[in-house]
Amino acid sequence: MIRPDAPVLLEITGLHARVEEQQILNGVNLIVRSGEIHAVMGRNGSGKSTLSKVLAGHPAYTITEGSITYLGSDLLELAPEQRSRLGLFLGFQYPVEIPGVSNLEFLRVSTNARRAQRGEEELDTFAFEDLVRERLKVVQMDPAFLNRSVNEGFSGGEKKRNEILQMALLEPLVAILDETDSGLDIDALRIVADGVNQLAGPDNATLLITHYQRLLDLITPDYVHVMAAGRILRTGGKELALELERTGYEWVDQELANLGREPAEVL
Amino acid sequence: MSTATVGDLVSQPYKHGFVTDIETEKIAKGLSEDVVRLISSKKSEPEFLLAFRLRAYRQWLQMQSPDWAALGYPQIDYQNIIYYAAPKQQEKKASLDEVDPKLLETFEKLGIPLSEQKRLSNVAVDAVFDSVSIATTYREKLAEHGVIFCSISEAVKEYPALVEKYLGTVIPSNDNYFAALNSAVFSDGSFVFIPKGVTCPMELSTYFRINSADTGQFERTLIIAEDGASVSYLEGCTAPMFDTNQLHAAVVELVVLEDASIKYSTVQNWYAGDENGVGGIYNFVTKRGQCRGDRSHISWTQVETGSAITWKYPSCVLQGADSVGEFYSVALTNNYQQADTGTKMIHVGPRTRSTIVSKGISAGHSSNSYRGLVQIGPKAVGAKNYSQCDSMLIGDQAAANTYPYIRSQQPDSSVEHEASTCRISAEQLFYLQSRGIGFEEAVSMMVSGFCRDVFNQLPMEFAAEADKLLALKLEGSVG
Repeated sequence: MIRPDAPVLLEITGLHARVEEQQILNGVNLIVRSGEIHAVMGRNGSGKSTLSKVLAGHPAYTITEGSITYLGSDLLELAPEQRSRLGLFLGFQYPVEIPGVSNLEFLRVSTNARRAQRGEEELDTFAFEDLVRERLKVVQMDPAFLNRSVNEGFSGGEKKRNEILQMALLEPLVAILDETDSGLDIDALRIVADGVNQLAGPDNATLLITHYQRLLDLITPDYVHVMAAGRILRTGGKELALELERTGYEWVDQELANLGREPAEVL
Repeated sequence: MSTATVGDLVSQPYKHGFVTDIETEKIAKGLSEDVVRLISSKKSEPEFLLAFRLRAYRQWLQMQSPDWAALGYPQIDYQNIIYYAAPKQQEKKASLDEVDPKLLETFEKLGIPLSEQKRLSNVAVDAVFDSVSIATTYREKLAEHGVIFCSISEAVKEYPALVEKYLGTVIPSNDNYFAALNSAVFSDGSFVFIPKGVTCPMELSTYFRINSADTGQFERTLIIAEDGASVSYLEGCTAPMFDTNQLHAAVVELVVLEDASIKYSTVQNWYAGDENGVGGIYNFVTKRGQCRGDRSHISWTQVETGSAITWKYPSCVLQGADSVGEFYSVALTNNYQQADTGTKMIHVGPRTRSTIVSKGISAGHSSNSYRGLVQIGPKAVGAKNYSQCDSMLIGDQAAANTYPYIRSQQPDSSVEHEASTCRISAEQLFYLQSRGIGFEEAVSMMVSGFCRDVFNQLPMEFAAEADKLLALKLEGSVG
């Protein structure tokens, strides 16, 4: 839902970032207001996943230039855990397995960290179980997964559902979903998309990172951004995704060639 | 005496590295028959004990330091060690009011308050400072139940017959190089006797503190549980930070009679050396328990986090029919620490059972080896063992090894061994952090998840401490 007067949650300006010696982001600009759903598309290596990792604060990435403002503060000053507590959420493309750590306990500690930040009381094990059982419905997940170790032995689809369950518990203001559709069959995709749709509202925003249209058939974006060579090359409405589906990414190469080596400010 | 500066303390994660400035009576460096006699006479020991010490010393002279462990360290100069150091006070005091307040302060600083008002309500503590026991709490209350809990020096004086009957019967003085050395020069340690049919009404605990530099600590602990008796005992250990290595060679003997049980837990946090591997305790310990009676039970739980070198294999000799031995271990090494630790389960009697759960965590440039023997003798019909050895690697410079030895002479028996290795990765930590969980809590969650099976065995008061201790030890080692 686009409302020009809605508050800005996230503002990325001229963002450059590298991992080790490799420059990956070359001037990303993006403004996300509450209520909006953005889709960031692009081929492998275009910098989409790097953008999501940088937003979440992954230590392997170094910001060389630019700024990110989140809820009016400098996001880059915040540790990853602080970002989460303040309502920034990254749904991982490949959620890691953490043997020995109970999923239920992990979800509880994580939820309580966010609640403490919001000035809400800590939930004890019993109160939390009630909450988690209610939120499980969002992703139609089997409660048996709560008693396993975090993501251990989960199928690809179960891992993604566990991510959306975390999103349902943490109630983020900005949710970044990195290739949440990858590796999902059509049923799982539908469940995950339903979950995201239920959680999206006027007071939060969603950033979907994907290279396929199929997720966008189920979640309608307000904006579609096309990334290439570490920046946003073009921005449009949902029809841009359909156009991409028809034409593929070849025009992107053309446009990049035209731009030469000058970093573009396209938004 | 050197004193660690405030700067040293805050820059090091080791919290127990301070030195207590107290007048100490020390004998000259070096080891000889005269030194052995001197120690014995300082403690006014009976003849049998001097004879025991001298026999051990002569055996030790004939023995070689073991070289089979996966440990590297320079040769120890046994003539450069002080074998007896004691804070200057005349006699062991009858009342705590008379104990030097500096000593009480030291233990309070270590989290072991001894005074009437502050001490733990359900744990009796024997506090050993360098070579002597300075106080034992709740002695009278325990005595009402017939339980004897005192320092071994006092036991030698007050219960010589019991000491003579059991000392050295589980671990003979010539058992190994370090046991022989300990038998010759042991200074103090704890003595526990639980009479027939008595369940010890509280946790017993000994806290060992090395204070002096250049001093070796050689403590000797003897615990006896008569028929149907049971006790849970815990030992804790810390030492100041010195840049020289110090030797600690303890011997612990457990004797368990029919239907009796001893649960022995250790939280070992000797100074481990600095991040470059300078200094730290050389910890060569022999611990063994004998399940002499039918249906007797020994359970060893250890959390080994300190020491530059750890060489330690708490073992069970399962003689009585249907007796049970257990070994639960967490060994953590960081920086340049080396640990070679494990257990021996010797199945002698029929239907004896043993369980081994070992969790090794190696970080930094450290090396962590599990070494365990399961031996099933010809009479151990229906014996069963289950072993599980898991290793966790943190970073890419640390080493983990598992050396299981299995010897069975009884076809009607079963031995199972499982092993696994895993790693804490930066990606796992980032995942937890990105869910609002701080770095240290994230490490602690993963490590305690890994160690849960062992921590569950610790007395409740200490399980949370152990969790915190591990997290503290790993600070800065991940990422």
